Amino acid sequence: MNKLIAAAVFGLSMGVCGLAFAEPVKIGMITTTSGGGAGLGVDVRDAFQLAVKQSGNKDIEVIVEDDAQKPELAVQLADKMVQSDHVDLMTGIIWSNLAMAVVPAVTAQDIIYLSPNAGPSPLAGAQCNKNYFNVAYQNDNFHEAMGQYDNDNYKKTFILAPNYPAGKDALTGFKRYYKGELAGEVYTQLGQTDYAAEIAQIRASGADSVFFFLPGGMGIAFTKQYVQSGVNTPLTGPAFSFSQDVLPAIGDAALGVKNSASWSPDLDNAENKAFVEAFKAEFKRIPSVYAAQSYDTANLILSALAKASVKDKDAFRAALKAADFKSVRGKFKFNTNQHPIQDIYIREVVKAEDGALTNKIVSTAFTDHGDAYAEQCKM
Amino acid sequence: MQLALVIEQLLNGLQLGVMLFLMAAGLTLIFGVMGLINLAHGSLYMVGAFACAAVAAWTGSFWLGLVASLAAAAAAGAVVELLVVRRLYGRDHLDQVLATFALILVFSEGTRWLFGSFPLYLDIPPLLSGAVSLPGGSQYPLYRLAIIGVGILVAVGLYLLISRTRLGMRIRAGESDREMIAALGVDVATLYTLVFALGAALAGLAGAMVGAIQSVQVGMGEPVLILAFVVIVIGGIGSIRGALVGALLVGVVDTLGRFLLPQLFGLFMAPSQAGLVGGALASMLIYVVMALILAFRPRGLFAGEV
Repeated sequence: MNKLIAAAVFGLSMGVCGLAFAEPVKIGMITTTSGGGAGLGVDVRDAFQLAVKQSGNKDIEVIVEDDAQKPELAVQLADKMVQSDHVDLMTGIIWSNLAMAVVPAVTAQDIIYLSPNAGPSPLAGAQCNKNYFNVAYQNDNFHEAMGQYDNDNYKKTFILAPNYPAGKDALTGFKRYYKGELAGEVYTQLGQTDYAAEIAQIRASGADSVFFFLPGGMGIAFTKQYVQSGVNTPLTGPAFSFSQDVLPAIGDAALGVKNSASWSPDLDNAENKAFVEAFKAEFKRIPSVYAAQSYDTANLILSALAKASVKDKDAFRAALKAADFKSVRGKFKFNTNQHPIQDIYIREVVKAEDGALTNKIVSTAFTDHGDAYAEQCKM
Repeated sequence: MQLALVIEQLLNGLQLGVMLFLMAAGLTLIFGVMGLINLAHGSLYMVGAFACAAVAAWTGSFWLGLVASLAAAAAAGAVVELLVVRRLYGRDHLDQVLATFALILVFSEGTRWLFGSFPLYLDIPPLLSGAVSLPGGSQYPLYRLAIIGVGILVAVGLYLLISRTRLGMRIRAGESDREMIAALGVDVATLYTLVFALGAALAGLAGAMVGAIQSVQVGMGEPVLILAFVVIVIGGIGSIRGALVGALLVGVVDTLGRFLLPQLFGLFMAPSQAGLVGGALASMLIYVVMALILAFRPRGLFAGEV
């Protein structure tokens, strides 16, 4: 009985006060904070919490769980968050195979999911959903930019990616813009740590450049082994292969390598400068592209919360779709399939004044770039 | 297909096999002598890699790091044996698996707490950097040749240790009849700690050497552990010779499968399709080989031998 009265009083007060009192919002974050992909998930978690902390909004509760990069574990965590934590929004997944396991099930239960990283092609095309917002990219995007770059600079590229949804998207995206000859096309195992067999193939293939997509520990292992092998063919790749989370472990072997991203620590806008400074001050390291995407995800949510109640799904979705927030990427808007339209840059790995390795923008590959799957999305 | 490429791939297979042998030797020794299934063996591999990376970063010398990795892994192994594993010898395998799985979590979280979630930097020593020319016109990284060399030395050393020394005699006796050698007055407790520390040191050595060409990070040991279990199941649990043969078999089959299967499918498929199908099949290949071997030799190739 007491509970009923409390609920009634609470309901009344909400009715009277409207949005004057910010309502409590629960955000479920499933991300990878252990194993070979931990660096990515830790950056996503830290940047998200930094944005929430900066907002001063005390009513947001972020529940963080570690998926250990395992799809089955991610599905269990998602069920728990929906059924027992009753989260309002979900976010955090790094890996496309995990996103494919979790996102369709979650969005079908009318929970809004915002992706800070994974952007598998089915979710951008035929399986798009009004409850699914991708704040990062569609998987193909960065690779498309690198395909364009290699098309302009090389004639015979060897391409390499892990055998999972994002790996297939990567090579598809690359080939969409690269029209030269392929010296080879190899799919490796996800989580593979030894690339001697692949490097031997590169050596024998007569390639004039190598494009590889290997995020996290995979990229560290590949780049170190590649440099030690004595093969001199230039490396190119998406930002994931040369992101801030892996650069310190790769070391000087990465210097001068070209890679593509929608963001870079030196991207020139006020929001980004403030973000990089705040992140460095808080966590004593340079943020990665994953951190930037997650920071934007949090700020997008905050911007929507200021406009609409998270309980009013239609209004909240509309507020998200407006993307009325200050992105660290400078400009940002959503395409019809709720994936970003944004600029993609070519970056180069350089040494900062303090000796730390980081990325610097050298050119713009695409302006206002959407994705190839948007027209398949019937929303 | 060029000869140089095939030679290079065979060497790659050999190098992977030798590295797996360092892991599998300790695992199979511990199982053979103490009857213990040690899931935490991968954690000792990680301890070796982190010790090497930390000491190398601190002193600037990879070699000091290598020494530190041996010492740290052996010490971690001895401490674990004294504190936890010792209580498990009499228990059944399920209890052992549970307890050593708990050890994985403790080691992983402990390492994360000490070093953070981001991978550490560890590079190969300048002395071993670069590539050497091989007959047939190909080049091969000197460091990988060094790993093969160390692996062969360890294999020979273990063979001599087990067949020619008093300690080896006790280890063999311990494998065949634990109670009897205890009754004969051999200090079984110390023997077990020694064997465990030896196995741990080998894992730590593998971790340090491989850490320099892969990435030194929390959780790096578990994928290798799975392969090491495949190796000792193929070789026959408890047999060092089986571990050597199994490791080389797994190394060569895995490497050649990754290289040849996509080419095989490429004969009658589009290249990208062949890469996908061949790559997927290649990742199953060692398990197929294991299943085939177990179908004909259910206890492994060298079951019951040391």
